[in-house]
Amino acid sequence: MTSPVQTLSKSLTVNDNPFMKPMEWVSLALLAAFILIVLPATLDAFRLNLVGKYLTYAFVALGLVMCWGYAGILSLGQGVFFGLGGYCMAMYLKLEASSVENTKIQSTPGIPDFMDWNQITELPLMWKPFQSLPLTLILVVAVPVFFAFVIGFAMFTRRVGGTYFAIITQAIAAILTILIVGQQGYTGGINGITDLRTLHGWDIRTDSAKFILYFLNGGLLIGCILAAQYVKKAKLGRILLAMRDKEDRVRFSGYSVAGFKVFAFCLAAGFAAIGGAMFTLQVGFMSPSFVGIVPSIEMVIYAAVGGRLSLFGAVWGTLLVNWAKTTFSESFPELWLFGLGALFIAVVLAFPNGLAGIYRSYVEPRLTRKVKALAPVGAPVPHGTPAE
Amino acid sequence: MAADNEHGPHSALRRKLLMGLASIPAMAMMPRSAFAAAPPTSAVNTTGLAVTDTEVTVGILHSATGTMAISETGSIQAEKLAIAQINEMGGVLGRKIKVIQEDGASDWPTFAEKAKKLLVNDHCAAVMGCWTSASRKAALPVFEQYNGLLYYPTFYEGLEQSKNVIYTGQEATQQILESLNWVTKEKGAKTFFFIGSDYIWPRTSNKIARKHIENVLKTKVVGEEYFPLGHTQFNSVINKIKLTKPDVIFTDVVGGSNVAFYKQLKAAGIDLSKQTLLTISVTEDEIDGIGGDNIAGAYSCMKYFQSLKNANNEKFVAAFHKMWGEKTVIGDVTQAAYLGPFLWKMACEKAGSFDVDKVVAASADIEFKEAPEGYVKIHPNHHLWSKTRVAKALPSGQFEIVYESPALIEPNPFPKGYQ
Amino acid sequence: MLGDYSLGDLGAIFAMQGFAGLILFSVYVLMALGLAVIFGQMGVINMAHGEFMILGAYVTYLCSTFFQTHLPGLFGIYFFVAMILAFLASGALGMIVEWTLIRHLYKRPLDTLLATWGLSLILQQSYRTIFGAREVGVELPSWLIGSVQVTDTIEVPINGLFVMAITTLITVGVGLLMYRSRFGQQVRAVMQNRPMAGAVGIDTEKVDRYTFGLGCGIAGVAGSAFTMIGSTGPTSGQLYIVDTFLIVVFGGAASLLGTIASAFSISQTQSTLEFFLSGSTAKVLTLLAVVGILMVRPQGLFTLKVRR
Repeated sequence: MTSPVQTLSKSLTVNDNPFMKPMEWVSLALLAAFILIVLPATLDAFRLNLVGKYLTYAFVALGLVMCWGYAGILSLGQGVFFGLGGYCMAMYLKLEASSVENTKIQSTPGIPDFMDWNQITELPLMWKPFQSLPLTLILVVAVPVFFAFVIGFAMFTRRVGGTYFAIITQAIAAILTILIVGQQGYTGGINGITDLRTLHGWDIRTDSAKFILYFLNGGLLIGCILAAQYVKKAKLGRILLAMRDKEDRVRFSGYSVAGFKVFAFCLAAGFAAIGGAMFTLQVGFMSPSFVGIVPSIEMVIYAAVGGRLSLFGAVWGTLLVNWAKTTFSESFPELWLFGLGALFIAVVLAFPNGLAGIYRSYVEPRLTRKVKALAPVGAPVPHGTPAE
Repeated sequence: MAADNEHGPHSALRRKLLMGLASIPAMAMMPRSAFAAAPPTSAVNTTGLAVTDTEVTVGILHSATGTMAISETGSIQAEKLAIAQINEMGGVLGRKIKVIQEDGASDWPTFAEKAKKLLVNDHCAAVMGCWTSASRKAALPVFEQYNGLLYYPTFYEGLEQSKNVIYTGQEATQQILESLNWVTKEKGAKTFFFIGSDYIWPRTSNKIARKHIENVLKTKVVGEEYFPLGHTQFNSVINKIKLTKPDVIFTDVVGGSNVAFYKQLKAAGIDLSKQTLLTISVTEDEIDGIGGDNIAGAYSCMKYFQSLKNANNEKFVAAFHKMWGEKTVIGDVTQAAYLGPFLWKMACEKAGSFDVDKVVAASADIEFKEAPEGYVKIHPNHHLWSKTRVAKALPSGQFEIVYESPALIEPNPFPKGYQ
Repeated sequence: MLGDYSLGDLGAIFAMQGFAGLILFSVYVLMALGLAVIFGQMGVINMAHGEFMILGAYVTYLCSTFFQTHLPGLFGIYFFVAMILAFLASGALGMIVEWTLIRHLYKRPLDTLLATWGLSLILQQSYRTIFGAREVGVELPSWLIGSVQVTDTIEVPINGLFVMAITTLITVGVGLLMYRSRFGQQVRAVMQNRPMAGAVGIDTEKVDRYTFGLGCGIAGVAGSAFTMIGSTGPTSGQLYIVDTFLIVVFGGAASLLGTIASAFSISQTQSTLEFFLSGSTAKVLTLLAVVGILMVRPQGLFTLKVRR
């Protein structure tokens, strides 16, 4: 890898930087075809819904590629943002499911059932905004991003980073779980928010609704990939990369390092939040178990398996790990935990760049040669450009 | 009732089979009717369940991994035992039960996913499973949407009644009220101190207990404390107990916290032979981890204890030990899990069908006279009529039963005046 | 709630509450010490810390059953043997892990988080396979059970005092080792400047291995001690992990003193709040306070070198 500052200056002067290289267009097309055509055509409704669920984790992995792979900020608390996004969505759906006629056996009809069990007789203030769908859709992203901003601002302006930042995010995940579980009258406690039925009158439990939601999810995911690609290719992406490798030099060049870090962290939080909301819609409930430490770390492994520097890799990694998890845990739950543990270690020790690294070292050189032979249009692939 | 008459003559035979379990050549002893009666698949399965001429598929859905595996292992074992015994006896409607086991991994969303897999993919005729309230709440919409049938073994907080669930454990009022009456009468208790883990079951149970104490018994609750799940430090609350000197400590602490609580209580010099402690969350399973010495003298109230003296239970315990080892203890939930497959079998036989709607319709008033706990009957509200027992923990890790409710207690998941 | 009690009663309760706070403090220090040693030295967070503790607990369990069946006469002192064995077992495993795993990752500290997390999954499942999914009960020798009657009304649990003693012993031991011994000098030298330490002839790899082993060994002793107050099961390690991380983070990670100070402030806050409020509320308030302070002062209470 060339020195990042060289890279930086090069990217600012030389225009060898199209939005996507031909190979990337191919990768995108392959991924889109796989998600939007191959899977729906071959899987039954149940399996497709499962894949839809996995793809919601891919949003988080995508965010991690941006904030861990590119900006060098490892967050072990992405579950917080996934969870917050999911909870925001779930609160709206729960209110809709708790109409007065649905809840008439309660002592206070019209409020969610768990509130009634906890002797709450009036809808709490924090639930009020979620009576409106547009407001909910804004809050789904706004709440987690704001939260990320507060954390990021506090940490990065004081130059906290590395392992230390990772464990602070982890502590925050743990604390938020305890808060959610403890305030069960307001949050549904450990049960989470369950039994969600309709979105603005549209029954989300039917197979046809799940089918539509799957495509919505796939479309959003590809949208997020393109957004991430945009950030990556803009000057911003180069700065992030330079910052990861030689933070001080970037700072001395006059850039606000903290500002860029906060941005990357918020972007990752925003992606995770969209994933969380889609999770709630497709699975039909939200539970505090997503906010905790374990899922947060598992999501990091998705990104690591796919390759922490590859946007497409993140999605493939997520799909692969979850597919393995489901397959193994159906027959050998014990083997699965050993396997997952070994996977963590193997990815870190042997394949630090994950699937994308393997692809890039073994498959891509050959493919590129062929593509070049066929259509000599694309920009030459400069050697030593940091991996995409 | 028709079901009773059909059922009576078989029970003596079943007892023999239970004793012998694997050793007796069961096929030879099978009543011929078991084969003769096997109705054609088209008649017993009109809703596309996984039923063949020789097999019917049933799911088991518990956590084999994760934090809840500690508790749920016993339920898995009991369900497998019950199914093995049913198969020994010729199965259900002439069909052997084939088990598909899924791991909920102590993770509620996984429970929902696996429940859906069992229903949609595997077309299970029934599922024995879930343990925590949270896992049931997560899986419940799935069972309702796909019209599955769940046998849920754990004692729980009530406030629920679903067409698609048969609750084989006690709901809160069944478990609690009788024991509070007992402790008031026997120990002259006037003041109570509640300690629980912070989630829906302890909170609801304590709410019911408080209403009963204040409105019916006219005594007093002097403290009510909740700790996060997994909390391990109880010295401060133990000091508070020392300060308030309650007649009864009433606990519903669960999981790893349980172990920490009793160890620290003992270390703090609270002698359970002098201080009455009544718990609704400690079974033989928990004592394994707590250590008999640490909890000896506490009173637990459950519907079943391993030491229960009756012929059904002796056979059950013997069969359980034979299958899973002499040292394995059997707690309340384990026994309740054992009931599930039998109740389902009887309902299927009464309905003459595996179809969920017919089985559910036939379930009301099913009696299981060979239940290890003595006798149970399904109430139309899908809970079981059962007795409640209070027992004292012994250093050996077993319980000595000191009180048994004279009659079966009616399940009342939505108790008036207790909400 | 304090209205109806005599002054003597109140005094006794406050004395006992003070002890409860101190016991909690000792527990926290013992939990966090191993993690802090490793983090302070190598910048590595050992996510399998809880599992190393539980290894110590299982060693204690095995010891207790062994002494019960083979050496019932010596049962009274088995706990000391168990603690030494727990230290050795966890320490040895720690050194093996360092040698096979961690030493390849010193250049990538973030990756050690993932690798040790993977290790913790493997260890948990191993415990489940070997010892079963259920919790095991560890029998204690009778002298460890019960309480000391200080006055008529003041009672102090013996196992609490025992934990306090062990904690003091280990903390002083670690302190001496780090600041008064040749090994400690080497450790600190490596921490401050690795290439330079290597240049003056310190075997930095060996120092790393022993430090990691030491940290894991302390975790093992902690686990062994906690069989007196907590549960022993395949996933029990996770019960401690949150508190442990918080203490280390709050303390400022790079200093033992910071860890001790943070354990003290968190334990006292929690123990006092628990007495006046409900347990769950106390925990939440404590955690919120910790996060609040971390937002204002993210480098923790004491800082040496966390700036990058």
